Order: sequence, then C-alpha cells, then structure tokens
Amino acid sequence: MTAQLDEALLRSLTPSVLGILGRRGVDFAAAEDAVQDALVEAVRVWPTDMPRDPKGWLVTVAWRRFLDATRADAARRRREVLVDDEPAPGPAPTVDDTLQLYFLCAHPSLTPSSAVALTLRAVGGLTTRQIAHAYLVPEATMAQRISRAKRTVSGVRFDQPGDVATVLRVLYLVFNEGYSGEVDLAAEAIRLTRQLAATIDHPEVAGLLALMLLHHARRATRTAPDGSLVPLAEQDRRRWDTASIAEGVQILQAALARDRLGEFQAQAAIAALHADAPTAEETDWVQIVEWYDELARLTDNPVVRLNRAVAVGEADGPRAGLAALAALDDSLPRHTAVAAYLHERDGDLATAARLYVEAARKAPNLAERDHLTRQAARLNTSRRR
Amino acid sequence: MAKYLLLKHYRGAPAAVNDVPMDQWTPEEISAHIQYMNDFAARLEQTGEFVDGQALAPEGTFVRYDGEGNPPVTDGPFAETKDLIAGWMVIDVDTYERAVELAGELSAAPGAGGKPIHEWLELRPFLTEPPTITE
Repeated sequence: MTAQLDEALLRSLTPSVLGILGRRGVDFAAAEDAVQDALVEAVRVWPTDMPRDPKGWLVTVAWRRFLDATRADAARRRREVLVDDEPAPGPAPTVDDTLQLYFLCAHPSLTPSSAVALTLRAVGGLTTRQIAHAYLVPEATMAQRISRAKRTVSGVRFDQPGDVATVLRVLYLVFNEGYSGEVDLAAEAIRLTRQLAATIDHPEVAGLLALMLLHHARRATRTAPDGSLVPLAEQDRRRWDTASIAEGVQILQAALARDRLGEFQAQAAIAALHADAPTAEETDWVQIVEWYDELARLTDNPVVRLNRAVAVGEADGPRAGLAALAALDDSLPRHTAVAAYLHERDGDLATAARLYVEAARKAPNLAERDHLTRQAARLNTSRRR
Repeated sequence: MAKYLLLKHYRGAPAAVNDVPMDQWTPEEISAHIQYMNDFAARLEQTGEFVDGQALAPEGTFVRYDGEGNPPVTDGPFAETKDLIAGWMVIDVDTYERAVELAGELSAAPGAGGKPIHEWLELRPFLTEPPTITE
C-alpha cells in the first residue's frame, strides 16, 4: 500500500500498453482512448491499491474500456465478433511498437501543436487535463485538438516507417516552448527523447538528447528568484548540474564519433563548449564560431546566423560582430537586441540604450522585454551620472 | 502554438463597412449575429483553437491608489475616452496567418440587412514564456 502514485512508472508503460491493444487489432484512435481511460483510472486507484503487475492491470482495464466503448458504439453488430472472442495474447509488443507510435504522433500531416498534444498523450501518458494546463488552454479545447489529430492520422498504417526528423522537431518543441504547469515539460521532453534513444540508434536523436541535457543543466541558474532572466555570461556556473553536463557530453561525443553530423549535434556541441568554460571569459568563442559555421551549412535557419554574429562579436570583437550582423535581415527576431548588445560592447552607449528600448518593444516574451528594458535603464542611469 | 487576442472595440477602431448601430437592426438580424458569434466559438472549440471569449459592459470606472489609509479614488466613466473595448476572444493557433484568417471570419459576422459588418478587429499576440534554448 502506497499513498504515492508512481506517475513515472505509469507514464513509461503507456506506449507498450497501447502497443498491446494495437496488436489485438484495435485501431489507434480507439486504443488511445481506452488507454487514456485506464490511466485516469490508475491515477484514482493505484495510490491506495497498487497492483502487483501494473502493466497487466493497465492492459486489462484498457481492454475492458475498449469493449465497453465498442458495445456502446453504433457499429456494435460488426464488432461484437471481436467482443465475444477472448483476445489472443498476440506477440509481445516490441520496441518497434513504441517507435511507430512516435512516428504516428509526429506524422507530417499534423500541425505542430496537434503533434505535440498527441505525443504527450499517447506516448507520454499525460492526461488531457495536464496537457491543457501545461499549454494554458481549456480542457475541452485540448480534447478536441487531440481527437482531431487522431482522426487526421487514422488512415496512417501503424507499420509504416516514419521520419525521425519530424519526431525530433516535436520533442524539441516540447522542450523549448513548454509552458510551466504542474507537469515539467522540459523533463518530460528529456524522458521521451531518452526513451526514443533507447529504441532507435540514430546520431541526431542522441544529439537532441545531449542538447536537452546540456541546457537543462543550467536551468536553476537561468532565472533569478524574482523570475528575471540571467544571461549566460552572468549565470553562477558552480550551480550548473555537472551530472547532466557529463551525461550530455558523453552522449554527444559518442554521436559525433559516428561522423554523421546533424543540426542537433552541432547545437549540442555549442552548448557543450559553454558548459566546458569555467568562467564566461574562458569560453572558446573561436570554436563556437566554427560550430555556427557548420550549423549554417546544415540549416537555413536565419536565427543561426544571428547567433553566429554574437559569437563573432565575442571572438573577434564587437566591430566584427556588427559587420556580421549588417549582412542579416533586420526584421529577424532579436536582431535589435543583438545590435544593442554589440554597440554597448563597442562603447556606443547612446545607440545601445536606444536599441535596447526598441528591442524591448519588439520582445516576444515578458521576461525578455523586462530584461531589455532593464538594460536600457541601466545605460540611461549611468549616462545621466 | 501562439495565443492571440481578438479585440472588439465599441470605439477606437476604424469605421466598419456596414456601420449601422445595433439598435437600428431588426431583431432577427440581432439573433443571426449572436448565433454567428456562438457558432464561431463552438467551431473553434472543435478545431482545438478556442481559449476564451468574453464581452464587457461599455461603462467602466477609473480607479487609483490615493495614499496610505485612504480609500481608492474612483472617477469616470469619461465620455471622451477614445478607445473602448467591447469584448475579446482568445485563440491558440499554429501561425500568425491562421490568426488573421480567423479574425477575418469573425469580422464577417452579419449585421444590418444580414450583410457582413466588415468590422475592424484588433489582433494582438500574447507575450509568451521565454524559450529554453537561445544560443
């Protein structure tokens, strides 16, 4: 008897339970609904009555829910054959079932927000309510988003091979743009990427996992107690999570050794160089610029070239950074913020202050806006003295 | 995955194409208008894009702090206030283009003569949480 629900266990079992129902011939949408019902039931029952075989329990409950739903269904006659049959145990689900589930939930026919929601529910085992809370939308809206997503992929065969890149984009979104709620989406993204890495041997999966671990290691230092942003150079590096960094670096090195470089490995390499510097001053900016050059070859994402300009500013001085920046479209997000920073480093405080104000006005989030406004205020105050 | 506010103004927006005050419509036209708004919200819930929708009373009060121990000062409503919000809808969509498309549909709500109002709606993005990965 335990009063604590082992939510991690519950959620880690979700894909394989779904796989078992799939192997019994249940279509994805119905199986997913049944498993979700079983999860909700487990959350209710397990804290006071933990089953000895949690997975068997989930399969039994999900199967019963599926039968109940099928009986209630309009197509009852056709399906009653299935109902009356004792389910064939079928072959045990393999890791490939889990992998196919990732592909299905990140299918290119889905919009990014639908793919994220479906992945978190069907692969992650989160409830609709938790996902709705995490993304700050009503539960009814999230429920509809998920059922639409399931309808969209209903024609996709479970056994078609998918594209790893689409799965990685979805997991990256969960990690990078997760909102804060009762569910720690960054940790959830890491768990799902780790699980994916265990089912498929792919250097970019490893690259993304390393990238997440290296960034997660800095999490505690990224914001001050009042919620304001702390830039990388000002973070207290003694508080970085060294275990997470060591794991990230190790995974990255193994991936890089295979000589199949990709976007996420290159990003992780940059994060690893930051993690490696005992102080901000000791950062190997020359090598970071080289990695940005690699990254620019791998992706046409203009944000890469913007970040490269920052790195050039550190490696070769602010004038060089400003020259690199001049070659870029000034409508890029954060272009003005970068310009403000480089002008300040170059000693042109009046221009920097003006640009910080302009950058604050364009900031896409509150924490960044407050940070940029503070930079402008800092320069304006010191210039008045 | 971005939230947008669709703001409807009593005052302050440019004039609509079919700019007839509601009290000059027929009761059926008013019903048709309300039905359109309800259907729109219901449809957005079905597509998984609806977050919230509320209407505001036109008359409000200005309130401010008046120092330690004093009750807050109230004033207004001010007849000359240029910008007056009538209500809002909050949507959660994948792209800016989708937000514009939906605002356009909402602006097509029928008014006088059963014709679309072509009302100007203000579309404002929400500030988000900062991303984890910035370099």
